[in-house]
Amino acid sequence: MKRYIAKRLLLIIPMLIGISFIMFTVMHLAPGDTASIKYGMNPEVSGSARANFDKMYDLDKPVLVQYGLWVKRLISLDFGSSLIDDQAVMAKITSRLPATLLLQIISLFIIFLIAVPIGVISAVKRNSFFDRIMTIFVFIGYATPSFWLALLLILFFGFKLGWLPISGMSPWYTAYLDSFDRTKDLIAHLVLPVVATAFGSLAALSRYSRSSVIEVMNENYVLTARAKGLSSSRIVTAHILKNALLSIITIMGLSLPALISGSFIFETIFAWPGMGRLGYEAIMNYDYPVVMGVGVIATFLTLIGIFLSDIAYAFVDPRIRVGGEK
Amino acid sequence: MNKRIIFGIVIIFVMTLSAVLAPFVARYDPLKMDLSEDARLEKPSREHFFGTDNLGRDVFSRMVYGARISLSVGFIAVFISLGMGIFLGGISGYYGGWIDSVIMRIVEIMYCFPTFFLIMMVITFLGPSIVNVMIVIGLTSWAGICRLVRAEFLSLRERDFVQAAKVQGVSNFRIIFRHILPNAMGPVYVSATLSVGGAILVESALSFLGLGIQIPEASWGSILTAGKVYIDYAWWLTLFPGLAILITVLSFNLMGEGLREVLDPKLRERK
Amino acid sequence: MLNIKIRTNIFRRLLFFRKTVTFFLVLLLCLNGYCRESEEGSTDAYVFSGIADARILIPFFADDTTSSSICEFIYNGLTKIDKDLKIVPDLAESWKVEEEGLRITFYLRHDVVWHDGEPFTAGDVYFTFKKILDPGTGCPYISNYSGIKDIEIIDDHTIRFYYSQPYAPALLKFGMGIIPEHLFGKITDIRGSVYAVKPIGTGPYKFSIWKNAQYMVLAANPDYFEHMPRIKRYVYRVVPDQSVQFLELVSGDIDSMGLSPYQFLYRSNTPEFKDRIEKYRYLARSYTYIGYNLKDPLFKDKNVRRALSYAINKKEIIDAALLGLGDECTGPFFKDTVYYDDAAERYSYDMVKAALLLRQAGWSDVDNDGVLEKDGKKFVFRIVTNQGNQVREDVATIIQAQWAKIGVKVDIQVLAWSAFLDQFINKKNFQAVILGWSLPVDPDIYAVWHSDSSKEGGLNFVSYSNPEVDQLIELGRGKFDINERAKIYKRIHCLISEDVPYTFLFFPYSTIAVQKRFKGIEPAPAGIGYNFIDWYVKNDEVRYKF
Repeated sequence: MKRYIAKRLLLIIPMLIGISFIMFTVMHLAPGDTASIKYGMNPEVSGSARANFDKMYDLDKPVLVQYGLWVKRLISLDFGSSLIDDQAVMAKITSRLPATLLLQIISLFIIFLIAVPIGVISAVKRNSFFDRIMTIFVFIGYATPSFWLALLLILFFGFKLGWLPISGMSPWYTAYLDSFDRTKDLIAHLVLPVVATAFGSLAALSRYSRSSVIEVMNENYVLTARAKGLSSSRIVTAHILKNALLSIITIMGLSLPALISGSFIFETIFAWPGMGRLGYEAIMNYDYPVVMGVGVIATFLTLIGIFLSDIAYAFVDPRIRVGGEK
Repeated sequence: MNKRIIFGIVIIFVMTLSAVLAPFVARYDPLKMDLSEDARLEKPSREHFFGTDNLGRDVFSRMVYGARISLSVGFIAVFISLGMGIFLGGISGYYGGWIDSVIMRIVEIMYCFPTFFLIMMVITFLGPSIVNVMIVIGLTSWAGICRLVRAEFLSLRERDFVQAAKVQGVSNFRIIFRHILPNAMGPVYVSATLSVGGAILVESALSFLGLGIQIPEASWGSILTAGKVYIDYAWWLTLFPGLAILITVLSFNLMGEGLREVLDPKLRERK
Repeated sequence: MLNIKIRTNIFRRLLFFRKTVTFFLVLLLCLNGYCRESEEGSTDAYVFSGIADARILIPFFADDTTSSSICEFIYNGLTKIDKDLKIVPDLAESWKVEEEGLRITFYLRHDVVWHDGEPFTAGDVYFTFKKILDPGTGCPYISNYSGIKDIEIIDDHTIRFYYSQPYAPALLKFGMGIIPEHLFGKITDIRGSVYAVKPIGTGPYKFSIWKNAQYMVLAANPDYFEHMPRIKRYVYRVVPDQSVQFLELVSGDIDSMGLSPYQFLYRSNTPEFKDRIEKYRYLARSYTYIGYNLKDPLFKDKNVRRALSYAINKKEIIDAALLGLGDECTGPFFKDTVYYDDAAERYSYDMVKAALLLRQAGWSDVDNDGVLEKDGKKFVFRIVTNQGNQVREDVATIIQAQWAKIGVKVDIQVLAWSAFLDQFINKKNFQAVILGWSLPVDPDIYAVWHSDSSKEGGLNFVSYSNPEVDQLIELGRGKFDINERAKIYKRIHCLISEDVPYTFLFFPYSTIAVQKRFKGIEPAPAGIGYNFIDWYVKNDEVRYKF
């Protein structure tokens, strides 16, 4: 088991290097020039300021040299500093990460909590009214443009009905509130982004759990158990659920990239101060160091997520636990 | 025949047909503006089924033409990813060895990557245009198909008919594409159908961020985005394009699921 | 949190009991607070909102709108602009311009202290401008001060600047915020210092909280040398999506934002808007134009540019893209100033003239496909503009249709700002653009129109060059007499209008919404923000009571 974990962990490094190289290359495909973004069309800014700027950030060196320099600094977790405001990229990301993690983890949790029961019930009571309704819901969930849903949620629950805050993570006066009100505010602000984030994946995961439960139910040992006359609720909990969970865990790990992809849009709509918005704004501003930083950290998080789901899988699946190899 | 497939096919057929026959379906020129005050932001009516936008253009006509864009993004992107996925998955599964491990590493990278981030980067840096969008979506979404094809190839390459072909000295290229591939296509059809819907959604999300088609042309996503600022008043500018995307993607998904059920006997419901 | 309307009605029921208890407490506190508040005279908070966060809070590094506007609340310059756009004293009590502008002496206020309590002196001014002028600092505004030859501290409250040649905009440029020497003196990296994100200034508001990408809170400075602002807090909220921003305004969580013409005219007619929100509009000090790349063979011929200008119906553009909220523009100066020449060529919409000019220039539709040709080449080009500006996108769409009528075919490309600048403007790799310039109070237009500014990366990216204009620009920036300058700039206006490097389109209106509880707003040529420290909220209308 230990060897397995270590091996999976080590695999993360070449993946990160591969991905960061892809991003670095893509970024330099662009005829980019950050000085112009920084100083833009400001009639008061002189040309020498622009040239100075390029030197300061090694932007005048060849791409491979820049990548080398970048990797060298990366080892000490130094992504350089933003071209826009000179703040250290790592500091920028760490200040934004908690908001993203909060949103993603709560969403994941809720997805899991709702999708698995839906899937199991749908599978056990196949073709029931509930199953049919859920199937419709799932197909709609799959097909809904998520940003559109987010807009509609804001419009109805935030604006028309006024039940929930429209955007932001906490009001500006949060520092003047007591901790009870502060938490309450935070929860209220979380509801819409979580719903928007979870909606699509909820459909995917409940569909997936349904089919994996069905698959397990058709396996021989379940049929045997049933033949032996075990009650169906026992069968569900003892045999089916445990085995179905295996594949559900895997798919949760794999749904992480989708969740993180969603954050680039949702965080902008909901004015959520997270990493996704940071990344989107950095791309728009050609802020290379931040783009790279966000890309690497987002990938790293995904890899860690997949790693964790692999480990969880290994724990549940005795074949891996014993063999140490897949 | 499977109900889902029928539903999906009918809707897709209607959408595609009206996109192809756009000039006959749309009642107005989608680019024709009417800048007089009472022609702008007009509510849906008999003259304008889906109302008009802020420049007095007929939203229904714009959406009919927009269907061309949105659907072709879906089809062309998937066509590209099919090409890449089948080719890489094919040689990976057929040859195995180091070719296989190299390709599988790349596939793993694609799987772990927040692809949307990469797409955003590429489109921003190369300049937004609908052609770029199609290509980039295609180039970043082949990993799933590649895996599927590889898995099929792994099991098929040991079959007798492949061995027989090898003995007869048929070229590898021919074996891959003539002998194995046709037998491996079942799951690929399913996956490709589902991907069309996915590609349409990605395009609309990119349009939402302003990284899609150039004005005055429009896709469903860009009509929706342009109408966003009027959302609390001119609801038709956001509602109809959103619904169009939803229904189209839904149809592709239904068709894909239906195909899966037909092709995969294990999933057929036992009654 | 006493008087904040709780928008989360879901929680309301749960909290009913708690609320009844707190209600009495609130009542007591309010009664108690009432007396204190009227003594202090500083209440409530003003929540402004924009789509981007501030970047750096050092005035001479701040080069984006948000950062510089927040810096104005925290710092003061030696001079400032009053409501009628006149240059008036700020940190300087008075000044003397001698030797035809070669020597400017400022007499500073004695009663100014920094937010940390240290007194403000001439040393701070000296330090600030020395830093700006040091090329190692990398201050983007350095060229505004390059005429300064020497700075001399006469005494603690008197400082003198020597210029190598007269520079008329100088006094205006002394509006640059002054930073404290006692904090920055020993710091080499000003950009990366803590005071760049937690600034100390002399201004009406003190820095209080900055939550990245969320909000910034500034608190009224009780020791401000004019008087303590009557609004207790200034809050800047970042809401990146403009449509969401508007919903926040209507629901009351934002007190002010700029409106789109559509929101200004139509959306604000609903009762919930009318009852609570006041709208202000005034002509913005900026203009929108079509710029032609004069290096492109297509636009080499002046008559072609004229024809294109005649073919544009400015009124239709203003009516459709701005819903009438704009005024026609004919040249590079602000309307209704002495520099703007009303007699300059206006290029009023005239299709006949446009067609005639094009025919004279050799363009005609030989193959009858609706697009003009000359020597086998079609009159087709691409016009670029930046993303995120609905008005410009609409203008592009309308212009495309207008030009199509005279047989000119245009493609539109809309790009994110950075990509737009980088790939098209700076490399001069464009045919035509739709853009806007904002107009500083001083008419000096060297940076945009002098042929010297047409180098790569310069702002004269259309490569306009007219020796007479060059000469007049140089002459104009050296003169302090307003009548002399008026004559010079009127002439420039006519010459540029004559050469048509741009088709000048319009001055848009600034359209701003402010919640009605804010009183004391007096719109003036400078807009509404100039007297912010005198705005107030009546005690019974205060929304944020903490």
